[in-house]
Amino acid sequence: AIPVRSSRLPLLSDAMPAPAHLFPLIRNCEISRLCSTVCYCHHKHLCCLSSHFAHSHFRYAPQKKFVALYRPKENFNHFIHARDYASTPQRFYLTPPQVNSILKANEYSFKVPEFDGKNVSSVLGFDSNQLPANAPIEDRRSAATCLQTRGMLLGVFDGHAGCACAQAVSERLFYYIAVSLLPHETLLEIENAVESGRALLPILQWHKHPNDYFSKEASKLYFNSLRTYWQELIDLNSGETTDVKEALINAFKRLDNDISLEAQVGDPNSFLNYLVLRVAFSGATACVAHVDGVDLHIANTGDSRAMLGVQEEDGSWSAVNLSYDHNAQNEHEVERVKMEHPKSEEKSLVKQDRLLGLLMPFRAFGDVKFKWSIELQKRVIESGPDQLNDNEYTKFIPPNYHTPPYLTAEPEVIHHRLRPQDKFLVLATDGLWETMHRQDVARIVGEYLTGVHHQQPIAVGGYKVTLGQMHGLLTERRARISSVFEDQNAATHLIRHAVGNNEFGTVDHERLSKMLSLPEELARMYRDDITIIVVQFNSHVIGACQNEEL
Amino acid sequence: AAGMFLRLLSDVRWRAADPKWRRMTCSRRSTSSTAEPHPVSLPAQARVVICGGGIMGTSVAYHLSKMGWKDVVLLEQGRLAAGSTRFCAGIVSTARHASVELKMADYSNKLYQQLEQETGVKTGYTRTGSVSLAQTQDRLISLKRIASSLNVMGIPCEIITPKQVAQLHPLINIHDLVGAMYVPEDALVSSANVSLALATAASRNGVQIHERTSVSHVLVQKGRVTGVGTDRGQIQCQYFVNCAGQWAYELGHSGEEPVNIPLHACEHFYLLTHPLKEPLASNIPTVVDPDGRIYIRNWQGGILSGGFEKNPKPLFTEGRNQLEIHNLQEDWDHFEPLLSALLRRMPDLEALQIMQLVNCPESFTPDMRCIMGESPTVQGYFVLAGMNSAGISYGGGAGKYLAEWMVNGYPSENVWPLDLKRFGTLQSSRTFLRHRVMEVMPLMCDLKVPRWDFQTGRQLRTSPLYDRLDAQGARWMEKHGFERVKYFVPPGRDLLDLDQSKTFYKPDWFDIVGSEVKCCKEAVCVIDMSSFTKFEISSTGDQALESLQYLFSNDLDVPVGHVVHTGMLNEKGGYENDCSIARLSKRSFFMISPTDQQVHCWAWLKNRLPDDSSLTMEDVTWKYTALNLIGPRAVDVLSELSYAPITPEHFPSLFCKEMSVGYANGIRVMSITHTGEPGFMLYIPIEYALHVYNEVMNMGQKYGIRNAGYYALRSLRIEKFFAFWGQDLDAFTTPMECGREFQVKLEKGMEFVGQEALLEQKQNGVYKRFTMFILEDHDTDMDLWPWWGEPIYRNGRYVGKTTSSAYSYTLERHVCLGFVQHFDEKTGEELVVTTDFINQGEYEIDIAGQRFQAKAKLYPFSSLFTHRRRKDEEELSGYQRE
Repeated sequence: AIPVRSSRLPLLSDAMPAPAHLFPLIRNCEISRLCSTVCYCHHKHLCCLSSHFAHSHFRYAPQKKFVALYRPKENFNHFIHARDYASTPQRFYLTPPQVNSILKANEYSFKVPEFDGKNVSSVLGFDSNQLPANAPIEDRRSAATCLQTRGMLLGVFDGHAGCACAQAVSERLFYYIAVSLLPHETLLEIENAVESGRALLPILQWHKHPNDYFSKEASKLYFNSLRTYWQELIDLNSGETTDVKEALINAFKRLDNDISLEAQVGDPNSFLNYLVLRVAFSGATACVAHVDGVDLHIANTGDSRAMLGVQEEDGSWSAVNLSYDHNAQNEHEVERVKMEHPKSEEKSLVKQDRLLGLLMPFRAFGDVKFKWSIELQKRVIESGPDQLNDNEYTKFIPPNYHTPPYLTAEPEVIHHRLRPQDKFLVLATDGLWETMHRQDVARIVGEYLTGVHHQQPIAVGGYKVTLGQMHGLLTERRARISSVFEDQNAATHLIRHAVGNNEFGTVDHERLSKMLSLPEELARMYRDDITIIVVQFNSHVIGACQNEEL
Repeated sequence: AAGMFLRLLSDVRWRAADPKWRRMTCSRRSTSSTAEPHPVSLPAQARVVICGGGIMGTSVAYHLSKMGWKDVVLLEQGRLAAGSTRFCAGIVSTARHASVELKMADYSNKLYQQLEQETGVKTGYTRTGSVSLAQTQDRLISLKRIASSLNVMGIPCEIITPKQVAQLHPLINIHDLVGAMYVPEDALVSSANVSLALATAASRNGVQIHERTSVSHVLVQKGRVTGVGTDRGQIQCQYFVNCAGQWAYELGHSGEEPVNIPLHACEHFYLLTHPLKEPLASNIPTVVDPDGRIYIRNWQGGILSGGFEKNPKPLFTEGRNQLEIHNLQEDWDHFEPLLSALLRRMPDLEALQIMQLVNCPESFTPDMRCIMGESPTVQGYFVLAGMNSAGISYGGGAGKYLAEWMVNGYPSENVWPLDLKRFGTLQSSRTFLRHRVMEVMPLMCDLKVPRWDFQTGRQLRTSPLYDRLDAQGARWMEKHGFERVKYFVPPGRDLLDLDQSKTFYKPDWFDIVGSEVKCCKEAVCVIDMSSFTKFEISSTGDQALESLQYLFSNDLDVPVGHVVHTGMLNEKGGYENDCSIARLSKRSFFMISPTDQQVHCWAWLKNRLPDDSSLTMEDVTWKYTALNLIGPRAVDVLSELSYAPITPEHFPSLFCKEMSVGYANGIRVMSITHTGEPGFMLYIPIEYALHVYNEVMNMGQKYGIRNAGYYALRSLRIEKFFAFWGQDLDAFTTPMECGREFQVKLEKGMEFVGQEALLEQKQNGVYKRFTMFILEDHDTDMDLWPWWGEPIYRNGRYVGKTTSSAYSYTLERHVCLGFVQHFDEKTGEELVVTTDFINQGEYEIDIAGQRFQAKAKLYPFSSLFTHRRRKDEEELSGYQRE
């Protein structure tokens, strides 16, 4: 079976789930153009590659442009009328429980286990969630605890031109990082175990939502590449202790290199062969956090973002960026790209805020169309399977393509020493950051995690307050915080705000309901996939670590 | 580390005790106890050391010194009455459900009333009375039940109408009330001053009181208290009393020999206001509005109002966690529901100005009753703590009972419901306590209906058959942490309905239990009774027999394979335990006791069995699953499964044999049922439990076997007048008083505990008599059901209370069991109760104020027994005289 997830929105009563076995038919299914897909057709089951081609060709059509073209209200009315024949209009509004079931479908929480009644980790736990806009979703998320070294890894991956690359990176990157961090002896031990067929030391403990799957078919291939990597590390034995920053950079670059190599070499198994090509021809950004005690490293490639939530002394919340977006808005990044190519290309390098006028992120995994030489691309495609040859997108060579590579997966790594006032970390794909300012994110998560009432306790003090006044005040506060209690997951809470916030910054149920009941063809115009991980830090442990060091 | 911890705690309590504390910021450390010289040095030894200078500690000291024990030292880590005592609301309320609690509260009230006169210390005692409001009919029933109990205790009390409520308290909104209970003699006190008064009196009687002295640990040698370690040195002592309030748990665990005191603190909030424009009269009654979860009392012309919220905040779960301490702040958002309830009850208070929201932690216990008594593991280690926010009401009485316990060896009342030994280590998990108290605290205000079960801390001890039974529709209750089946919901019945059967009337499982009972009578039922406590006692020589002959009242020198029902009596002849003992061999015995006897019975025997290595006692409760086969066809099922003759000739009643059942060998089969029905108990090594159960159910199919639960068992045993220990029998009941002379061998050739008392009773007659009452004019469908604790009236005069009740499906009547006393009409003096006295009266049972005619019987209906067995007739010969 091909890893197709039927992660459609359960938004309409007659929306059928996409059965996986229909997949082979998909490529024969003609895909209606986005703009004309007002009438919802539930027989179209889109695969990773073709859906992408149809929908958001490298984000050719930025959301905002579309929103400007179709004023949402009209669009909605149009849609409702179009559906009148099939269902009654009142079905349209989702009830709060329906909204919740959509928002919570992918939520996941992990609490770091306590030993002897105490949590000695600097991480209390994390909440994560995803809300698809693409069908299937192209975002991925990963979280794991390193078992042979200390620390925890968390990451969000935003795929484009399909989900294959994001999927591969979400499965593989943490192994590369973990291996890069391993001391020489452990690597030897693992290699010896593999050599003699003994049981391997577990390297990672994954914290996965049931929907977060791993590809079974490719595991052997992936494992072999990984093994080659650690064998090289063993041979290279520098004797030095592993620097986390270096390890992260090496792991990112190595994985991207392996993705590229695997596509060039191919695989005798036709399914795998097609898979490695899809991985290489699609792309993914990655934003990964490594937390070990008070040391927080963020490795970022692309335009997902890591943000630290800091509680000021007065109890208010502020946001600190722990990553730089690699896109046209980042001057340094534009500068870097220009430096790497001859001056003659200066004008064609970045057009319409896109790399070569096509790609929004300036760094990414995969995307060999921006990395390989034209000859290599042609050779691989020609010798590749028919599916690849039939695909317009893969055959298309970017304009002004003279001095590849134009794209790198090398991350920018930021190290931050955690302080007691650093309460949480938000890792999120650009779907969140497009709709919310980081300052609002910091406030909403901060208030959620502490509970509004904890943040500002009422004290009577010396003031003259009557019972009636107090009662009025408390009733009002209760009404305000009740929305917080709907969510048991900070990421869900954040998505609720991101999707449902009205102009006053409060969640508007009607808006939330409308946004979530968009048919999948339309959803992508109003929002992007959103993936969020909120890591909560243990201020007591962090404070204690600091004191010890002082 | 423990010392350090208690030091920190003393700082905390200081902070709470001293209003100036907030102003003393950084100099706190230097002003703590070590900096100030102690005027008096600690004595090197004392008879008793009491830890804790709150209401409990001072009350124990007061009563000990009154009873003549003067060599007593009381240690307080901060200052006297500085903990919960200082902050509690100071309401003395006698409206209690349990009889012993009611008696404690009544005594406290009377004690506090004269305390000022006795000591010269102003206690602020004001008799205000209290009004408990009912917003629902069910609540009114609950209040009426209390009122019935109070009245027979001689405590004035009446059920009043909403209009009368308005006359008593002008501020109360009566529109949503259906009635109320007025207790005119309830009072208010300054709790700290009461505590100081008790301390003053104790001190005058010779008790030494040392403040700012922290107990770090208790010294134990050979299972006895030998001394106490404090931050100011050691004190040798014979007795230690842990009155450390919410720190009692922690202190109990600080020594080498841990003493489990299961209690846990929760935050408790109350509100203080400035005086009203027209200040409240000082004698305005205290208002308790349980449906609104609040209480309201007069406080210096304003009000003091607090309550028991639905979502309590437990704290100090980790004990020494200092972080939680700073959370002891006003939490208005948390208080909001209670404030709403207050303003709904007294809308005119809207304009009243707030003074303060006080956060005063209170300690709660797993079953909402306080903890009192001696540790089962450490002799001389006494405990009085866990007052569930009623410390002031209980303080006087609880201190008195504990002092009696220490001085006389037993208190003057049956305090088993409060005895520390009702708990074991299994209730001491911090997680369990934290979860349970979150349920207990809201229960303070919840309606107490018959047969409610705790929902938290469940599924701790289970039989290996738990899942099997659960899948067959079992509904569970819990006893001593063990899950037991109440009844089995037949397939197709609406489950939700049944779980919500909280009523004072006929419950909706009525027919379900009825059919289980019918099956027990006509075919065969199987009941999992694994929870019962099981000990094995054996010796190399005759020590086991000799010791048991001394400790038990019946003759245990029976042929091997016989089972004996016997009491484990105290010196006064009262039942400490009621059990069945099987003689497995000449030198080993198998003893079955009620579930909640696990700790008490163990401690009782441990302390009395000779210290002899050749004599061993083992708790084998966990080793055996017990299945009870009840009913006329039980014999058929068993004989088919064992291929052994089970006829009365081969297997007479009260007999015990090891045999095979199905493939499993070594099943201990006893011909007893605990209900009077024919049948067998199967004690099965747990690994065989599932096999034997499956075999029994398969084989039983053709005999119409089905599962049954404890409710059926209960109905069966009560209609046959079988008394159960813990419910009907207690340490103040002798075999003579409950018609069990046949279980006592007064002439068994050797002395036994309680023999003298029983001989005397035999000669002089008894002062109370266990009696069975059949309700005559009671409509099962329409009338309130009896529960227990209902007053019994004979010829219109109060003669005693019921102890248990059940509907008899055979008699189609309600049966109540209870004790009848004979009070002299003029003097109230207790007189001997004769058979004639019982038989020649007209009886009524008072259920929530309504009296029902009842027929009294001293012996069960012989027709209810299907005698097949010789031994049965022998055993029941005593009954036949009727």
